[in-house]
Amino acid sequence: MYDITVIGGGVVGGMIARTLSSYRLKICILEKAHDVAMGASSANSAIVHAGFDAAEGSLKARLNVRGSEMMKDICRELGVKYQNNGSLVIGFDEDDRATVEALCRRGIANGVKGVRVIDREELRALEPNISDDAICALYAPTGSIVCPYELTIASIGNAMDNGADLYLDFKVTDIRDDGDHFTVFSDREQIKTKYVINAAGLFSDAIARMVGDDSFTVHARRGEYILLDKECGTLVHHTIFRTPSKMGKGILVSPTVDGNLLTGPTSFDIEDKTDKSTTADGLSLVIKQSGENIDGVPFGKSITSFCGLRAVGSTGDFIINMPRSRFVNVAGIESPGLSSAPAIAEYVAQLLANSGLAMEPNPDFDPHREAMHGFREASIEEKNAIIQKDSAYGHIICRCESVSEGEILRAIRTNPRPRDLDGVKRRTRAQMGRCQGGFCSPYIVELLANEMNVPYESITKFGGASRINVGKTKEAEA
Amino acid sequence: MRQINLVIIGGGPAGMGAALAAYDAGVRDILILERDSALGGILQQCIHNGFGLHRFGEELTGPEYAWRYEKLVREKNIPFLLDTMVLDITSDKVITATNATDGVFQLQAKAVILAMGCRERARGALNIAGTRPAGIYSAGTAQKYVNLKGYMPGKNVVILGSGDIGLIMARRMTLEGAKVHAVCELMPYSGGLARNIEQCLNDFNIPLKLSHTVVEIHGKERLEGVTIARVDEHRRPIPETREYIPCDTLLLSVGLIPENELSKTASVTLDRVTNGAVVDQDRQTEVEGIFACGNVLHVHDLVDFVSEEADIAGKSAAAYIFGENTECTDIALSTDGKIRYTVPQRITHKKDVTVYFRVADVYRNVTIKGTSGERVICQKKKPRVAPGEMESLTLKADLLTGIDTLHFALEER
Repeated sequence: MYDITVIGGGVVGGMIARTLSSYRLKICILEKAHDVAMGASSANSAIVHAGFDAAEGSLKARLNVRGSEMMKDICRELGVKYQNNGSLVIGFDEDDRATVEALCRRGIANGVKGVRVIDREELRALEPNISDDAICALYAPTGSIVCPYELTIASIGNAMDNGADLYLDFKVTDIRDDGDHFTVFSDREQIKTKYVINAAGLFSDAIARMVGDDSFTVHARRGEYILLDKECGTLVHHTIFRTPSKMGKGILVSPTVDGNLLTGPTSFDIEDKTDKSTTADGLSLVIKQSGENIDGVPFGKSITSFCGLRAVGSTGDFIINMPRSRFVNVAGIESPGLSSAPAIAEYVAQLLANSGLAMEPNPDFDPHREAMHGFREASIEEKNAIIQKDSAYGHIICRCESVSEGEILRAIRTNPRPRDLDGVKRRTRAQMGRCQGGFCSPYIVELLANEMNVPYESITKFGGASRINVGKTKEAEA
Repeated sequence: MRQINLVIIGGGPAGMGAALAAYDAGVRDILILERDSALGGILQQCIHNGFGLHRFGEELTGPEYAWRYEKLVREKNIPFLLDTMVLDITSDKVITATNATDGVFQLQAKAVILAMGCRERARGALNIAGTRPAGIYSAGTAQKYVNLKGYMPGKNVVILGSGDIGLIMARRMTLEGAKVHAVCELMPYSGGLARNIEQCLNDFNIPLKLSHTVVEIHGKERLEGVTIARVDEHRRPIPETREYIPCDTLLLSVGLIPENELSKTASVTLDRVTNGAVVDQDRQTEVEGIFACGNVLHVHDLVDFVSEEADIAGKSAAAYIFGENTECTDIALSTDGKIRYTVPQRITHKKDVTVYFRVADVYRNVTIKGTSGERVICQKKKPRVAPGEMESLTLKADLLTGIDTLHFALEER
């Protein structure tokens, strides 16, 4: 019997599980995919928003500002890449200026530190490549960037290191209230738990309905992105937003914590919550609008394009409540969900405590997780000390990102363990460079197969039917 | 820090060829650094024949061609390190590399030859719309799975791009029992060698769809199909011509990019057209003592030409190490739009030189002229030239007297 079952292995579920693992509670995380961080947590703008967007008094505003304040320390504890690069919302005409000024007032009311409107000259000094047509900007020095899937993986790994269990390929099909506990079913397994926390992202409305709560719905909003080579990572230093519209914050251009340049997202509501395809029109829009903000975005240096689906709730605000006893909804966590995640976890813990759950601190709780990127950033002497102990660190597997065999093996052996190529990619950056795994993926398949002691041809890209090879040569038949 | 006369980055055909040429010119203190677990570079996985016709007058497979060089490297005891990745090269020729035995180490070289080869353009560079399932590989990655690992990436195949690796893989996958439904080529002509179109597609009745591209990718987990479309003269897809082809595999053969990330760390000037270093007739880059040859310099059609270029770079590096010199000059080479580039881009010494170049389109009955001002220095007539086939013009040293520019232009007759 678990005390707590968190449904959803995204950044929200991960942060909640980690926070709750600091108490004497038996916790599990259920994730329907083959790995954690497979939904919106792996495909978003990677921004820690300062907190000037959400309406004053909303849960979004409150948790965003608080989450943004907590993020730096949490990233340090979890060894996650984080950079305080500041955000700019640029305006092109007098209407935009009015919006920028309104945003500034809202930011101040929300408690965002240091937010102010700057003129063309100061903007140009901060960002020389900004479009000549920009006349003003909102400057939010507390805006930051983070690696979102790394944060998700690290928070779940840390929760596991502190005793939480992770069930992958566990797609919840039903939840039964057995009076003093719930039984949570998948097609193959069932789990008994006193509390359920519904952090199921796009599918949190379906999960809520399983316990009779149909007070909200969640729909998917497509966001397409184009990621550019590290060569372009210094084109801008701040995260550059357009003045927002009601569909979102528009196309942004931002460096990433790994030194690439990210542009996007588009914003289209779609029916199919599993449709993560990009569209020709969407990618064209990203290219067009980025070019309006920044001069000379070199799209010839694109290394990949992708689509993320935001979980947009029907209430306009985050939906965090207890519709019945021992069941918590954490739903409709669209932007600024990543920024808010640490504060959402804190808020949920408080909600549970208020509901009467005994929350005794776990004396063995260790908030730290060793950074996965430590080796890459080490000096030659430090690297050699590590290579002397384990020679696999001297052998480079991913050429483009210089990732060693030692780093890949360590990732494969660290909670939560990856079982597929994309899982290794998100943990190590191997295959994430300019050749996109062209050279290294055959070797990584081998490392995975050896470590998991499974046949080479059974390794997948991301679970399910996504096998990399269909069989041995001389066997295939068309 | 260990001092070495000549460090060669890459142990493929270019690196081995350069090492042997430098050895034959008297250099003994040589070290080849190779990132793979064997010498030979990409030739290791090129198990088809057709290599060596120019160089050896016979048809060899890739591994056989590579072995001719590796055997000599071993006989002459030229040192090499395998599984060794170079991480950085400075313009002062300090090389930082890593491997499992030596850890991270640094070398001070007197001369460096860049021979890192090239990589394939990936799907991401094309921004094809649709899903991101398994089943999409660059042709070379699929070649590695099939030829080196012994696994089949898929059974029903569409190939985008008619570069030579794509053509070779069309045949290879067919021979392994897969069905290749089509090879789509964005351009109105193939970038591959004519003999490969014949032997790899026509002989197996695989349709080559010129002026076609893949516009959408379908399938959530494994690839389920692609939508292709004809493109207009501006290479824009024509919506009415969209056609769905069910398949589980898409191979991309959409261009090769010289791998010059290390050259950039050494502040080597790159040519915007070749994506390789700007070099003189000796294949010396604009950083003194750093040379380049093979596909890292510009993408070659045949390994035989890589070997030819490696000879030049190896000999020149030896001459640099020994301080030998010929009479200096400084001639800048330029081209019209029809000739896209030349290698070398500069001539700095008066000696016989062969200028290699590639054309921008298919042209018939052409005269290629090298002129300096009004003066015609050299010319050559060809019935047909195509972007997929590298051309060359050889100039005698005495033609280089009294000129400081040399402009190459193509005239259609």
